[in-house]
Amino acid sequence: MLPLTLFFLLFAAVALFGAVMVLVSRNPVHSVLFMLLTFANVAGMFLLLNAEFIAAVQLLVYSGAILVLFLFVVMLLQRGERPLPALTQPLQAPVAIFVGLALLSELALVVLTSNVGGGTRGADTPEAIARAGGNIQALGSQLYTTWLLPFEIASVLLLVAAVGAIYLAKEDI
Amino acid sequence: MAEFLITLLKIFIVFGAVLGAMAYMTYFERKVLARMQARIGPNRVGPWGLLQPVADGVKLLTKESPIPANADKWVYLLAPVLVFVPALLVWAVIPFGPGFTAFGERISQSIANINVALLYVLAMTSVGVYGIVMAGWASNNKYALLGGLRSSAQVVSYEVTLGISLIGAIMLAGSMNLGDIVEAQRGTWFGFLPRWFVLPQLLGFALYLISAVAETNRAPFDLPEAESELVAGFHVEYGGFGFAMFFLGEYISMLAVSALASAVFLGGYLGPTIPFVPAALTGVFWFAAKMAIFIFFYYWLRATLPRFRYDQLISLCWKVMLPLALLNILVTAIVKLLV
Repeated sequence: MLPLTLFFLLFAAVALFGAVMVLVSRNPVHSVLFMLLTFANVAGMFLLLNAEFIAAVQLLVYSGAILVLFLFVVMLLQRGERPLPALTQPLQAPVAIFVGLALLSELALVVLTSNVGGGTRGADTPEAIARAGGNIQALGSQLYTTWLLPFEIASVLLLVAAVGAIYLAKEDI
Repeated sequence: MAEFLITLLKIFIVFGAVLGAMAYMTYFERKVLARMQARIGPNRVGPWGLLQPVADGVKLLTKESPIPANADKWVYLLAPVLVFVPALLVWAVIPFGPGFTAFGERISQSIANINVALLYVLAMTSVGVYGIVMAGWASNNKYALLGGLRSSAQVVSYEVTLGISLIGAIMLAGSMNLGDIVEAQRGTWFGFLPRWFVLPQLLGFALYLISAVAETNRAPFDLPEAESELVAGFHVEYGGFGFAMFFLGEYISMLAVSALASAVFLGGYLGPTIPFVPAALTGVFWFAAKMAIFIFFYYWLRATLPRFRYDQLISLCWKVMLPLALLNILVTAIVKLLV
């Protein structure tokens, strides 16, 4: 148990460090690279939770594809360091502070009131997953039976988003 | 504890074997290219030039590694590491043989026998693109940046077809574990044809091969380092050890995608038994032989085909290969349902 806890602390610390650095880096390319660090460590945490499939997909999709496109765009749009843009909109600072505080208090509420670590386990224990034949099999059968409708709705939503993006990008179709 | 030590030992063996193989891949490449161009190739250092890779290695490691004045130093130094390390990490899940029993313990011939091995390999190859993009950006050189941008678009595109072309084989094996995929190919059809997935998955195999060449930035898809237009692309500002790391990363990736192709489509370590040799060793032999075929194929392509144009490269991926890969999945699914 102890090595797992140590690994968890390591991953969590590096992920948090990366997340803070995303915000404070002046260079957008550095921000994206710190985000990569955070994603990789989140993948490590998924591994500790026996969620190998999610960990691999986290690396493959978020780190391997989405973040590369982020990097692509940032590198094309902006070169070199720039000072932070001044707050231009009226009321921007008060609204930002309000939203930030609201989010913080929500998070605090969840952490303080919920029973973290002491709750009852759901049906999908590591033993149940092993019985189903592994991560991929368990996830696949759940997605295509219990959660079929939400799964299909999500796919349609993604399709709509893709069609919309193509429509916006293309001048004439 | 014993398990830990065995894993550590395996890591050392695989690490050494892969780096050694990589060194002689360069020699093999120069010899093959030379013969195809009616030349002799390296023949001065050692008998038949066999010590040439050693001399090259010493040369690269003792050279100065300058850092360009306006480069982003940390990103510049990190980039070669991010090419080299993911390429090496792929080898953790490659099965080199059926496993053997020693001192009453069952020892598998792969470092980590995990369920999501194929996804893991794809994830590692896709993380490798960061090194190239970072090198291109951090060098503060317009040719390097262009090479890095080309590479990111190319690798992200071909990664999709690379992954999808493997799904047919995954469906046939019913597993993403590389060991299980290899074992699913044991036996023969009609008594003489090996049950390798290359036969039912001929389309998937062809798509995989093309995507693998593009994914590793090799000729004829080596646009990120097109020397005639971009000098050397993303690694133009690197010398000495940094350059050596890129070089190592590229060759180890080639070897890794070849290993994956052998395991998924050509039955991996399966092959005829050799008399008086234990199965664990014949497995390694057949696996290496199959990888060598793919490596030779890489060099053959390089000596034969001119480089693609960039728009041809991208439209080939999205307009031809992706639909074909999806068709392959559809046909495989229907056949699997009917049979």
